[in-house]
Amino acid sequence: MDSITQGFIRAFELIFHLNAELFGIILLSLKVSGLALVIATLAGLPLGAMLGLKRFPGRNLAISAVNTLMGLPPVVVGLFVYLILSRKGPLGFLGLLYSPTAMIIAQSILAIPIVTALCHSAIVNVDPLIRQASRTLGATQRQETLAIIHEARYGIISAIVAAFGRVMAEVGSILIVGGNIAGYTRVMTTTIALETDKGNFELALALGIILLLLSFIVNAVLHAIQRKGMVATQ
Amino acid sequence: MKLDVSHLTKTYDKKTILNDCSYVFDKTGTYVLMGPNGCGKSTFLRICAMLERQDSGDIAYFDNSTVLANDITLKRRLTLVLPRTGVFNTTVFKNVAYGLKIRGLHHTVIERKVNAALDFVGLGPKTGQHARTLSSGETQRLGIARALVLEPEVLFLDEPTASIDEENTQIIESIIGAMKKEGRSTIIMTTHDREQATRVGDFQLVMRNGRIET
Repeated sequence: MDSITQGFIRAFELIFHLNAELFGIILLSLKVSGLALVIATLAGLPLGAMLGLKRFPGRNLAISAVNTLMGLPPVVVGLFVYLILSRKGPLGFLGLLYSPTAMIIAQSILAIPIVTALCHSAIVNVDPLIRQASRTLGATQRQETLAIIHEARYGIISAIVAAFGRVMAEVGSILIVGGNIAGYTRVMTTTIALETDKGNFELALALGIILLLLSFIVNAVLHAIQRKGMVATQ
Repeated sequence: MKLDVSHLTKTYDKKTILNDCSYVFDKTGTYVLMGPNGCGKSTFLRICAMLERQDSGDIAYFDNSTVLANDITLKRRLTLVLPRTGVFNTTVFKNVAYGLKIRGLHHTVIERKVNAALDFVGLGPKTGQHARTLSSGETQRLGIARALVLEPEVLFLDEPTASIDEENTQIIESIIGAMKKEGRSTIIMTTHDREQATRVGDFQLVMRNGRIET
């Protein structure tokens, strides 16, 4: 019990004394997950909009596939990216394995289905009368699509925030493709795993507290957005 | 204004809704199309307003004989108000401004026109209110304001008072009367209320067996 208390005390000391190693790890985590999220949004939003608005052969199959991919096991993604980027893999010549770029790729793969599926869901739930309204008011096809996306904006923001929560908490794939190299690819979750293994609970606990805090902020933002969306649709 | 409808046919699930339907709208004023529910009035309006495509037949708008399916310039000369108004998740003002905004008008012009349209339908004091907090009668008036702010040459009103109370019905009928006086648009509306047709219509038409009868 004492060691846990001591761990917490030491963890708060690390946080309040702005420990350089700690903040380096946090910044890298935010950078990797942030960039992965930008990529996931740029790919997932148009894909979700296409699945929600267009009718094409195989659409239902594509929707089922995206929903299934939402539950992709991170270690499987890690293994897949590892095989692609390893020296003997098809993209091995790029030398990206054990780099932050490899981690961004892995996290993007995990986040794209989440953004796509939740954006699709937000878009299909827009009242069909909105499409008719914009059409009767003289909207072009593009303006009509933008009107629907605008109507689904709260759901779309929720999708992005949810994906951010998922990638920030992810450990399996980035451990495999990043290698957990100190000062280079070591992020919050991989550090927690490593330091716990070593019995060095102070840093692990400090990062755990920050990760929990970030998770709380993400959820609070998500909740606020959903509440705003609900008020607006009442 | 001239809208020359010839030999329109439309079928849904093997049920013929419009059957060789023809009519020429060539006068300024209010045309009221009557008929029981399901007789094809709304389908006729939706096709004329280019919201749906007919199976066969032609419509010549104004003085053109050829119509392209996605002729946005032509589409913007017509506006349809549906029986249930789809309200954008924003303020009353922004709802009415939408049609002008997508036409690329300057914001000062938009502000002037929107305020005038909202005053016209009696929603002036509710400009900044969230549109989804309006009553059903006010929502329908919002739909009309959204259409008339665009100053269409032809305004289609599909059962504009079907789902609202008597007070709002009277307000909408007086709005239609005021629009008629201004004489900027030809109004083609549907109703199943014979008395309303007499009150607001200059020309009364009946739809029967998928065709228009005078």
